Amino acid sequence: MINVLKPGLSTTVQDLGRPGYYHIGIPTSGGMDTLSLAAANLLVGNDAGAAVLEVVFLGPELEFTADAMVAVTGADLPPKVDGVEQAGWTAFRVNKGQVLSFGYLKKGARAYIAVSGGIDVPVVLGSRSTYTLGALGGYLGRKLAAGDVLPVGASAADGEGRAVPYHLRRMPGAPAELRMLPGLYWHRITEEAGATFFEDTWKVAPEADRIGYRFKAGRPLDFVPRTPPFGAGSDPSNIVDACYPYGSVQVPSGTEPIVLHRDAVSGGGYMMIGTVVSADMDLIGQLQPHTPTRFVKVTMDQAIFARADRRNTLRAIAAALA
Amino acid sequence: MSKQILSPLPGTFYSKPAPDQPQFKSVGDAVAVGDVIGLIEVMKSFHEVVADQAGTITAFAAEDEEPVMAGQALIELS
Repeated sequence: MINVLKPGLSTTVQDLGRPGYYHIGIPTSGGMDTLSLAAANLLVGNDAGAAVLEVVFLGPELEFTADAMVAVTGADLPPKVDGVEQAGWTAFRVNKGQVLSFGYLKKGARAYIAVSGGIDVPVVLGSRSTYTLGALGGYLGRKLAAGDVLPVGASAADGEGRAVPYHLRRMPGAPAELRMLPGLYWHRITEEAGATFFEDTWKVAPEADRIGYRFKAGRPLDFVPRTPPFGAGSDPSNIVDACYPYGSVQVPSGTEPIVLHRDAVSGGGYMMIGTVVSADMDLIGQLQPHTPTRFVKVTMDQAIFARADRRNTLRAIAAALA
Repeated sequence: MSKQILSPLPGTFYSKPAPDQPQFKSVGDAVAVGDVIGLIEVMKSFHEVVADQAGTITAFAAEDEEPVMAGQALIELS
């Protein structure tokens, strides 16, 4: 078991998510950066989809009541065992009675702590992921608090020192670039607005979270004039309510784009100008507030190629650790 | 020797509890361990920055409403 001494800012249990219920309003949840999440699991000998802890910005303090192999991937949030710094993206041992803590965040936004055996909270609708808004899954449906006791699955706890090769540790560049496929409502904005959207460098707004990432500082988008259809609101960005895909980019009133992420609502009345390709959703999970970000227009073929490329990266990580 | 209080989080730094209120601390003020010296806004909530060292404030290293990174100095102490 693991005793939570300090919880960090917003530490939750996450796995690869809970697909299949979005149509009834339950989002996929799961890690914001599932590539890093899977890598952490593979480092400690778990299945890629075992439950881990997702840490945002500020690390927790965790006391282990049994020996375990641990790996921390994703953001550069230096792990320490009884105060001694450990390498990221590398399996290290934590012995019974030792405390895992963290230094200041150096890069990225979310770190993944995998523990050999996995975090063994109950499976809810096929997943151990936490959906905090719905108080579903994870540890009592909420972020961790001091005094919580996390169950850990049985494991061999071996593989100490294994590391993910540097070139397979995927993190956003500067500026971050998010590939986006224009979508169903692209026609609602003017040609000029479509051009400035991709030209401008946006900045991550401080309120960005697991529900969605909001971006500021780009030029507002102008709309093509219309008579609002029956059922749509009067704002030019309103549509007749529609399903919101994971990764869709809505721009309420044309001012601040929001990319819906793992805990998003499943539908509503804002037009979506496109969708960030699935391969780049991991990168969004690593964006700190104020990070300069550009959207890069891609075709469906490029999006599918990007998805295959991401899958190959995960296979290469698995092969390197096998 | 100069000491610093660092931001534990990335976000927006506020030196006041609210726009119409005075600063938590000003240059020349004494700071004790556990004192609140500012707020960081991130992910739709405000988090208190608590001093982990004692001293006297010699300067602010970050302005009110300025974007800050985790580990960035907010206040210089003597």
